Amino acid sequence: MNLLTEWLHTWRVPLLALLVLLSLGMAGPVLAQADPEGEIATAVPATDADTWRQVRSGETGPNYRDSRFDSNYNLINASGETWRQIRNRWVSPFGLIAICGMLAMIVLFYLIVGRKHLDEPRTGRKLLRWTALERSLHWSVATLFIILALTGLNLLYGKFLFKTLFGDAFWAGMISGSKMLHNYLGPLFGVLLVIILAKFLVRNLPSKHDWTWFKQGGGLIGKGRHPDAGFANGGEKVWYWLLATAGLVVIASGLVLDFPNYGQSRDAMQWANIVHAVGALGLTAVALGHIYIGTLGTEGSLEGMATGYVDETWAKEHHNLWYEEVKHQAADADETLGEESTPPQRSS
Amino acid sequence: MAQMKFMCDAERCIECNGCVTACKNANDVEWGIQRRRVVTLNDGEPGEVSISVACMHCDDAPCMAVCPTDCFYKTDDGIVLHDKDLCIGCGYCLYACPFGAPQFPKQNAFGERGKMDKCTFCAGGPANSKEEEYQKYGANRIAEGKLPLCAEMCSTKALLAGDAQTVADIFRQRVVQRGHEDGAWSSLEGRPATADELAYDATRQQ
Repeated sequence: MNLLTEWLHTWRVPLLALLVLLSLGMAGPVLAQADPEGEIATAVPATDADTWRQVRSGETGPNYRDSRFDSNYNLINASGETWRQIRNRWVSPFGLIAICGMLAMIVLFYLIVGRKHLDEPRTGRKLLRWTALERSLHWSVATLFIILALTGLNLLYGKFLFKTLFGDAFWAGMISGSKMLHNYLGPLFGVLLVIILAKFLVRNLPSKHDWTWFKQGGGLIGKGRHPDAGFANGGEKVWYWLLATAGLVVIASGLVLDFPNYGQSRDAMQWANIVHAVGALGLTAVALGHIYIGTLGTEGSLEGMATGYVDETWAKEHHNLWYEEVKHQAADADETLGEESTPPQRSS
Repeated sequence: MAQMKFMCDAERCIECNGCVTACKNANDVEWGIQRRRVVTLNDGEPGEVSISVACMHCDDAPCMAVCPTDCFYKTDDGIVLHDKDLCIGCGYCLYACPFGAPQFPKQNAFGERGKMDKCTFCAGGPANSKEEEYQKYGANRIAEGKLPLCAEMCSTKALLAGDAQTVADIFRQRVVQRGHEDGAWSSLEGRPATADELAYDATRQQ
């Protein structure tokens, strides 16, 4: 009895160790033989359909990680395809239709109706319509508008025509030049547009006779029909307010696109691009009408914006209410030459 | 011709970023640009999963469709490449890309982004000399008969690159057999790899 106790006492620790080793030895093979089928049945799936649905929708949860430096992109940019479809399937074709349609209408109108001549002979007496400051503002904004429109159109449509026409080397310079002009002159256009809008605001506030002007189609067709108009007629006011609304939206969206250094999101730039393109294409189409009416379409209009002075007859016919206000200032043509040194007063 | 594709097996990716490093090393990419990224979903939760993403060389590539300069082209191997001489850095490819692949070296005022850079499937790009090609686009391993280094270096063979059919076959086998029959070390001749092929023997000259 004593001997056994003593023996156990001496060998207890080594025996326990042996038992532990044996049990491990037995358990090892058992673990290794765990059946794959059972493992599959109990395993937590790493990815399931829901995970991929979430990815596809562009969502990122709080436990989303991206190993790229400074990246806030989701795994799948779901809105990218939407942007592509809107731009390529809607904006591009309909922009082209709007602009070419406008051109076609202008050409047809010119061929059928022709230029609007003055109904009465000129008196030779001139009225100051645009000051030097207003003219320089107008021509600066106009030049910038045309440059931005042409470069913008080149960015949207140029590749379909000029790349094959001129070859890659020329096209590379042409398109990168377009982008540079567009991106650097755009903000300048924005600043000048805001100034010119502020300057012309009062004259372009809507008034009652504008409605009559519209109902009579602005007197665009026919001889001797001239609805009432103040300094600005209904059509000019519409162009003003288009620029004051759509124009400002185009500028704002353009700034979003032009300054990626502020870190705006990719989604913000997608929407800004669509808004910018739709607004700019629309304004370009309308601008064609403005250009036609201001140059080829109406006798005596262009000389107003070129020299600052319009003929008395032109003022009487096109802007009768304004003419009534300023007719006492009418001066003979030779007297107006000194305009730059002593600008005459003009009430609007 | 082959249709080159990447495929990342999310069940295998261990988020080691070896592909990212391999790519930067193979292509000597500009500082700040990382052509490949590893995205982890549900980080630290059950169901955590990682996946390596770069340009996926789409069949109907959105970048090509929206590029104002038409600088993208598809090689005979179905690889989407771009001409940096034509790129104006407008960023449209980035807006359209489903995978966030295009990157720009700069992000400055007036849309000054520099020339776009993206994964080339280690196929270089248009250039007049090898040096110029390497400097602009990185390695042209495809011309040397090699696959992209990211996939070649992937330690778990999560990231596969190659002809779409072959990649699909390997992945199908993995799904069916819960692991490739030879652990996807894979000789591609339709037979399981031998033990010799599984362990690289440095003493053996081939």
